[in-house]
Amino acid sequence: MADHDHDPHHEHGSELSETQLRVRALETILTEKGYVDPAALDAIVEAYETKVGPRNGAAVVARAWTDPAFKQALLKDATAAVATLGHVSPVGDHLVAVENTSGRHNMVVCTLCSCYPWEVLGLPPVWYKSAPYRSRAVKDPRGVLADFGVSLPKETEIRVWDSTAETRFLVLPTRPAGTEGWSEERLADLVTRDSMIGTGLARSPAEMPR
Amino acid sequence: MDRQTIPVPGIPCDAEGPVFREPWEAQAFAMALALHARGLFTWPEWAATLGAEIKRAQAAGDPDTGETYYRHWLNALERLVAEKGVADAATLARYHDAWDHAADRTPHGTPIELRPEDFR
Repeated sequence: MADHDHDPHHEHGSELSETQLRVRALETILTEKGYVDPAALDAIVEAYETKVGPRNGAAVVARAWTDPAFKQALLKDATAAVATLGHVSPVGDHLVAVENTSGRHNMVVCTLCSCYPWEVLGLPPVWYKSAPYRSRAVKDPRGVLADFGVSLPKETEIRVWDSTAETRFLVLPTRPAGTEGWSEERLADLVTRDSMIGTGLARSPAEMPR
Repeated sequence: MDRQTIPVPGIPCDAEGPVFREPWEAQAFAMALALHARGLFTWPEWAATLGAEIKRAQAAGDPDTGETYYRHWLNALERLVAEKGVADAATLARYHDAWDHAADRTPHGTPIELRPEDFR
């Protein structure tokens, strides 16, 4: 769209940025034509700002750590397993859970755009959407992990999963040692967003603030 | 796998910042979800369009640090809305100019509303 010529001298009026004008134009047209309902848009925004976030995923991981049947179901069909906890993708993609083990570490990227498992992690952090992460995660995952302060034994295999519009991935991090007998709620506090993307590990009990 | 370290700028750090940095980002995000829910496009169609917009912006010199993500998102939205015959570029421009007019005549601090006379 052509740049609009703004008059810098009008002192009494309001100012909308070029981007704000485009967004308002789009929303007005879509509303007038009956494609969107402003109240429904507000509800979507509110959900993502307040309800949908990485705590959903943390609860899923904590459940998998404490309930072997749930873990098995999660690894078999994560879409169905997280739906039983009320987390459903808004766009109908499939969720796949990949488990970290002593021999293998999993890391997730979307090289095309920024596909991300919203229903369990909320919206992606800014670095996940950046070109350096999208390109380096595939070419140099160990280097990326080092940037995030994670170093793994040499013999640990690092597997990188490239998300698509149809398939998103959730990393099931390793349960930290020294957490035997912990409640799901307490365990969930150890699960960071990054540990479920694979750019981090779950916190150890020692890392928790007292 | 033998990997060569590629010299690219560092990955931007991120504390648990706000989900949307500006209200328009939230509106653009929600519109794409709502249009998908209504069946205007499939999610693979959306991802392909967004991916193409990101590539186009990168080719045009966008540093693509993640900060401009919702600009690509908005470009993809406008493109799909035009491709699906909902609103062409001329219609988008007409409403854009009308909103600009509405802003001009609205005293600062007052909510900006679109009126028929804004379409000149």
